[in-house]
Amino acid sequence: MYRLSIAVLAALAAALAVVSLSAAAPQQKHAKKHRYHRIISLSPTVTEDLFAIGAGKQVVAVDNQSNYPKRAPRTSLSGFTPNVEAVANHHPDLVLISYDPGNFASQLRHLGIKVVFEPAANNLEQAYGEILGLGRLTGHRHGAKAVVRSMRRHLAAIVASVPTTRRHLRVYHELDPTYYSATSTTFIGSIYKLFGFRDIADAANGAGGGYPQLSGEFILARNPQIVVLADTRCCGQTYADVAARPGWSTISAVQHHRVFGANDDVASRWGPRIVQFARSVARIAKRG
Amino acid sequence: MATTAGRVEAAPRVEARGVGLRAGVVTVAFLVAALAIGLVVGPVHIGLGSILRSALSYVPFLHVHQPLGAVDHAVLWQLRAPRVVLAALVGGMLAVAGASYQGVFRNPLCDPYLLGVAGGAGLGATLAIVYASAAAAGSTWTVPLAAFAGAIAAVVVTYALGRSVGATHMTGALVLAGVTMATFTAAVQTFVQQQHTQQLQNVYSWLLGGFSTATWHDVAICAPYIAVSSIVLVLHRRVLDVLSLGNDEATSLGIDVGRARLAIVVAATLGTAAAVSVSGLIAFVGIIVPHTIRLLVSTSYRAVVPLSLLAGAGFLVLTDVVARTVLSPAELPIGVVTAFLGAPFFAIVLRTSRAAR
Repeated sequence: MYRLSIAVLAALAAALAVVSLSAAAPQQKHAKKHRYHRIISLSPTVTEDLFAIGAGKQVVAVDNQSNYPKRAPRTSLSGFTPNVEAVANHHPDLVLISYDPGNFASQLRHLGIKVVFEPAANNLEQAYGEILGLGRLTGHRHGAKAVVRSMRRHLAAIVASVPTTRRHLRVYHELDPTYYSATSTTFIGSIYKLFGFRDIADAANGAGGGYPQLSGEFILARNPQIVVLADTRCCGQTYADVAARPGWSTISAVQHHRVFGANDDVASRWGPRIVQFARSVARIAKRG
Repeated sequence: MATTAGRVEAAPRVEARGVGLRAGVVTVAFLVAALAIGLVVGPVHIGLGSILRSALSYVPFLHVHQPLGAVDHAVLWQLRAPRVVLAALVGGMLAVAGASYQGVFRNPLCDPYLLGVAGGAGLGATLAIVYASAAAAGSTWTVPLAAFAGAIAAVVVTYALGRSVGATHMTGALVLAGVTMATFTAAVQTFVQQQHTQQLQNVYSWLLGGFSTATWHDVAICAPYIAVSSIVLVLHRRVLDVLSLGNDEATSLGIDVGRARLAIVVAATLGTAAAVSVSGLIAFVGIIVPHTIRLLVSTSYRAVVPLSLLAGAGFLVLTDVVARTVLSPAELPIGVVTAFLGAPFFAIVLRTSRAAR
């Protein structure tokens, strides 16, 4: 009798466990799919990533620099001089930042808000890693994987479209009209490296943490074959302005019209739109 | 009291003639050497011989063949030459303005940015960088003009404020008005900058100052003002000596103190504003150069004013050479170099001259 009751109890317990497990499983899955419902992004790149992977509906506020996509809920929140109270006022359950001045992140954590730091990527793999990480956080693993797969596929096709004879062009990436540039240790530099281009700023490696200010005569002497202007919006630079600079008419890129006026925002972020940027660079490289 | 002060001041003035001539020759030689070094040194190697022949090829009837290729020619005459000339103009102007301010306000710590020039120019440039339309931002005129207007506006307000509290007699009131103005403009400038963080890099690189993108156009913008201001200040060098004795003494010697002071301040401010508008804020030159002249040559403004003009020009050309070669082909902000080299150099001059006395 005693044995029987044990057996019955065990059977009951087993059945209960199976039932509760099968009942809990989809619930847990569901919870994981939308782990965070009130997300604040204080990084324009993270905003672009979130909307690309399909987590846009969970985003309640983005910072004042997050101008893409248009439907992102842009607020006056600042990612550079963030205010803890203003952020907390939106009642977020997850805050994503790329810059952490002072004790901003730890103060938010004191309020019981989850904060994840997504620093500026230095290469594509880091950028892919952030996108996949955001997918895990927001319950959009598949979306994130699809975005990364699409980026890889497109970038490979874009690079392959450039003939091998154009794979070793000298490139000058301009951040502002005083010749601040980016070396191949930076994210944008890694895109040029993908093509096999030689970044003229690499000669100044070590100065300026990947973003050195080049001297004007060095640029002329190095004679870049591609010039990418990432200062079209900030400083209104165009092909005509570049061609009119003293001595620049001797530069190969100017003579062959291989000057690309990029969207400053796209060129300074490490999100999915880098594919568009690469496509434009490829088009310029094939020119002339 | 007046007589003893006069006698103390008279001593250097008597010897100024002989010493001044020798010092003048040395300073001119220093400036010429600095200009030559400025033209020769750079990431692109161009020999002094080629530079001289290239220069001579522009003289008609000499039939000297142009030795440089298109790129070297552009590097030398379109990039390096305007850079050297601009550094010389700005350095000379800042030094001579600093010397004049120190004389007028009888305060050895005065610098050319005293009356709010720096704050006003910084605010003007920031507003132009942040708010100018894309078309205007592309123009090479926008930022210099805005900086110049900002500097002049700030000084006019400073002067009005100073006068309203009786600065015609008390130079201290004018200095305080300048400090007030500088603080206020700095606050507004920082506010605007914080509202437009995407432009931070541009604002910052302007504030640091430098000649990395100098063109003949920049030289043409500032040269007329700097020329007129320098001439006015050099012509007032004797007046500055008299003013340094004090208001009453100067008046008794037949000088209209108010008018002389206004002429000097206007000239120094106008020249400084023009210099700042094309070069950004370069600190220290206006203090270190005049004091070095005082310590090495003479305390008489008859020597200090013209020699500061020449030595300041040579000094800034040389610091710019350092700024563009230390990390070549990357650039270093020139303000870092002026302070980093200037401060120890000044300390040495201070020590040796005290020891000699």
